[in-house]
Amino acid sequence: MHEMSLAEGVLQIVEETARRENARRIKLVVLEIGRLSSVQPDALRFCFDAVTRGSMADGTTLDIVDVPGSGWCLQCMATVPMQELYGACPTCGSHQVQPTGGTEMRVKEIEIE
Amino acid sequence: MCTVCGCGAGEVKIEGGAHEHTHVHEDGTVHTHSHGHEHEHAHSHDAAGLTGAHAHPHTHADGTTHVHEHVHQGEHDHDHGHEHSHDHHHHEHAVGGDLDYGTGPARAHVPGMSQARMVQIEQDILSKNNTYAAANRVWFDERGIFALNLVSSPGSGKTTLLCKTIELLKNKVAINVVEGDQQTANDAERIRATGVPALQINTGKGCHLDGHMVGHAMQRLQPKDGSLFLIENVGNLVCPAAFDLGEHHKVAILSVTEGEDKPLKYPDMFAAADVMLLNKVDLLPYLSFDADLAEANARRVNPHLAIFRVSATSGDGLSAWLDWIEAGLEAQRARHGESIDALKARIAELERQLAAR
Repeated sequence: MHEMSLAEGVLQIVEETARRENARRIKLVVLEIGRLSSVQPDALRFCFDAVTRGSMADGTTLDIVDVPGSGWCLQCMATVPMQELYGACPTCGSHQVQPTGGTEMRVKEIEIE
Repeated sequence: MCTVCGCGAGEVKIEGGAHEHTHVHEDGTVHTHSHGHEHEHAHSHDAAGLTGAHAHPHTHADGTTHVHEHVHQGEHDHDHGHEHSHDHHHHEHAVGGDLDYGTGPARAHVPGMSQARMVQIEQDILSKNNTYAAANRVWFDERGIFALNLVSSPGSGKTTLLCKTIELLKNKVAINVVEGDQQTANDAERIRATGVPALQINTGKGCHLDGHMVGHAMQRLQPKDGSLFLIENVGNLVCPAAFDLGEHHKVAILSVTEGEDKPLKYPDMFAAADVMLLNKVDLLPYLSFDADLAEANARRVNPHLAIFRVSATSGDGLSAWLDWIEAGLEAQRARHGESIDALKARIAELERQLAAR
């Protein structure tokens, strides 16, 4: 949804860490983006390239780990795969599904030198 | 910066006390930062927001010039660490120049192996705000204060509803209000007219309140133990959903002059809220709004949502909403009492141990 600002948020976190570690350059950034987090990975890649120009992360490889969506269906009393947030349970069609996985939006690790 | 919509975090003004300074450094760089008279920790060191980076050009003895950036942290620490990491790998000096492959963090060089290393971060993109919010919540809990964050789109009647709620409760409980708006102090003035203390926060470029702003506001207002703390967020159904302020509950307000499908169009907010107030129900006879459908839609995104149908103008349904607030206040005070009792018990036990020596 708002990938440009998310990319800036990521850059802020990785630059802070890299400075603390006395790094010269950031070579790799690994993100975990859940399927239910409403982030488009392709759009995020495009924006990340744009915001990192001239920064310590210029030319960084961006690795996005895709986390599949899952939820707990209160009707089925079971964990079911979810394609969209607030979507229906694929087994029984109920909307009483609590998302349990796939909403992450995290910076996992970076490679620096 | 708002990681949801990209609006700026700069230009935040908390009523009564912030002013701006422009500084010129020895190296000729100029920056402007604002600070309030009472603030204990934060220094926003440039107009761009809490964490601003700016570049310093440096000239070395050998005449080479390079520019490096450093970041001003907008929080408690004031880290002016200047990193002088020079790129020794690629300095091509004709005579006498060092060729040092061991200056990297690993302090070693193996042919074919780089100085690179992995650093685990495992940090949520919103983690900074969540830390402030958690501190606010502890502060409220320690004082038995019940805090609510009121969210809605602009024009749903938040301020009117707030004024009405205050009128009906102010003789029973101490109330403090924080008003968030992009510009103007109009809303805080409306609240003050009811006779309770209110503080306006203007978010400037921002589209929501964050944990840091509310932290400053509550320090300024100094609410009494066991009181009610109401935060009226900026009128916006998107971004405030993602920003925890340290409140106990988010209260979403939907008015019947909006669409029944609003909870489906902006599900994040209705999922984040614990309570929904369906406001302006006195207008239902004149509208084609289906209140049952609106409630069903809201429960579809949040099955646990408590819903009250109210009208701030006619007063319909307000008693159930007020009862809910009073129950929350009671629970917070009971918790506060328990923690005081626990402390007293601990003191008694320590005194008994001391007497036994």
